[in-house]
Amino acid sequence: MAEVKTKGEVIVNRAAIVAVMLALVVMLTPILWITATAFKPRNLATTVPPTVMFEPTLSPFAKLFTKRSQLREPVEQEVYDAAPWWEQLVFDGGEQVVRNKKTGEATPSGFGGRYLNSLIVSIVSTVLAVSMGTITAYGFSRFRVPGEQDWLFFILSTRMLPPIVVAIPMFLMYRAVGLYDTHIGLIILYTAFNLSFAVWIMKGFIDEIPREYEEAALVDGYTRLQAFFKIVLPEALTGIAATAVFCFITAWNEYAFALMMTSRNAQTAPPYIPSQVGSGLSDWTVIASGTFLFLLPVAIFTFLLRNHLLRGMSFGAIRK
Amino acid sequence: MADVITRLDPTSRAAARGFSDMTIRNLFIIPTIVFLIVFNVFPLIYSLWTAFTDYRASTAAAANFVGLANFRELLSDPDIWRNFTITAKYVVITVTGQVIVGFGLAMLLNRKIPLKGLITTLLLLPMMLSPAVVGLFWKLLYDPSFGIINYFLGLGKFEWLAQPQMALWAVALVDIWMWSPFVMLLSLAGLSAVPKHLYEAAEIDRAGPFYTFFRITLPLVAPILMIAIIFRTMEAFKTFDHAYILSTQPTTELIAIRLYKMAFLEWQTGMSSAFAYIVLIVVVAITNIYVKYLNKAKAR
Repeated sequence: MAEVKTKGEVIVNRAAIVAVMLALVVMLTPILWITATAFKPRNLATTVPPTVMFEPTLSPFAKLFTKRSQLREPVEQEVYDAAPWWEQLVFDGGEQVVRNKKTGEATPSGFGGRYLNSLIVSIVSTVLAVSMGTITAYGFSRFRVPGEQDWLFFILSTRMLPPIVVAIPMFLMYRAVGLYDTHIGLIILYTAFNLSFAVWIMKGFIDEIPREYEEAALVDGYTRLQAFFKIVLPEALTGIAATAVFCFITAWNEYAFALMMTSRNAQTAPPYIPSQVGSGLSDWTVIASGTFLFLLPVAIFTFLLRNHLLRGMSFGAIRK
Repeated sequence: MADVITRLDPTSRAAARGFSDMTIRNLFIIPTIVFLIVFNVFPLIYSLWTAFTDYRASTAAAANFVGLANFRELLSDPDIWRNFTITAKYVVITVTGQVIVGFGLAMLLNRKIPLKGLITTLLLLPMMLSPAVVGLFWKLLYDPSFGIINYFLGLGKFEWLAQPQMALWAVALVDIWMWSPFVMLLSLAGLSAVPKHLYEAAEIDRAGPFYTFFRITLPLVAPILMIAIIFRTMEAFKTFDHAYILSTQPTTELIAIRLYKMAFLEWQTGMSSAFAYIVLIVVVAITNIYVKYLNKAKAR
């Protein structure tokens, strides 16, 4: 924009800054509110008027990871003192940990396992999609491929398929071959989904690496593969990292396939967390703590990725 | 022989040691194509077959070929048309909202602002989050008795999600909240690409702010804005995640939700495959337009 000069422009500029700050508050309130709720004692979570100031507690997180039941009466001080810290937090939340009658061990809730599933499925599918995507992008970038534009369109179009449309036949096929509710089944779906994205983005990154680098290496007696691994890959490392983070976030956030293709063993966190709202006593602090833990990695990654967001969201078409 | 940029001298040591360029090209590209065909195209061919049957995945009964009966029934079902109408309304509301909010934010941000980078990143946060989980926590915000939206707006016990008239707007508002940042991000890129000398020339000519906006800013941002609009239209048409979680009313039953219920709750596998194909044709049409614009933007 032009330099601010006149008095009128100064006022406009100030007004714009105020408006931006207001927008920021409105846009971030939902995220801040769910974060605040994750650290509230249960009795303050659903008050009218809303509780803004409170003493934060980790008790929702302790409750999130354990199976528990309502405390009828306050727990005795001796029992409380003897309990480990996480169990004390559950007591603080007005509940007690459900223990196995024989072994006396605490029963975990389903959350830990679902979170782990999310990690496994997202990481493995990201590694697969990015490695396949990178070499395919290199192939499209450096060699003449007959019908190149058509193939690239085909690859992108697979990304645009609505998950539900693919899920109906995939469900039947997975059921037939025993891939329903398995990690591998979900990994395949997420890899396919991210692969097209990885090819498009990586092609943009590799196109930007000057061909002269490889040509020089080829003249020096490198084979094509050596030139790819020793010259191109190191140059493309930033792009690969950005692509990987994008793929991870997509897989991590995915809901529809996980809802339709898993039920217990391989279920990820996104279909699990909402299913807890209706079950028995809905405790918003616990749901909020699960949501917080689930959104935290994405928030961190968004900051790491901030300079590549434009490129990623436009499939590499707009690079600034 | 593949036509490559640098041909290896066939007599060189490197050429003798390594694979030929054509082998490498094929090794690098074919697995990806095969993978996508097996896991995306093949299932669609399979469901093209089930679309012409009365198959139900919940029973052991074999599928009977029924011809075009599924398509005939779907296209003459007023409920399905209602789903399409609701979805069209949803697409218009969300995309319009996102363009207004997103482009507006971009116009506000397109100046010298302290901590601009940080503010922009924070504003972009909603679009990176999981739509399903976003839907879930908006349920808390929308709650009629203790939700903060009713409290701050002083609406008492207003039922955002349970009122048939309001529910679609409430679901659309969540979409607008999530995806306005996307329009903002693309608009910012468009705005920053407008050459400064155009504004300077306009100033010398004493052009008013409206003239400057409609004759300089808007036409130059339009191509990128168009990409944002088509992409959001396509995505809004497919909306499932947060809408499914927030939806309690028939008035919020978007196409994807209806399709999910038909396939996985009512187990009308054959019928839902036919429905999926109708949806697919619409999606492919929008995708075609989208890719055309993407290539245009790339060519610039």
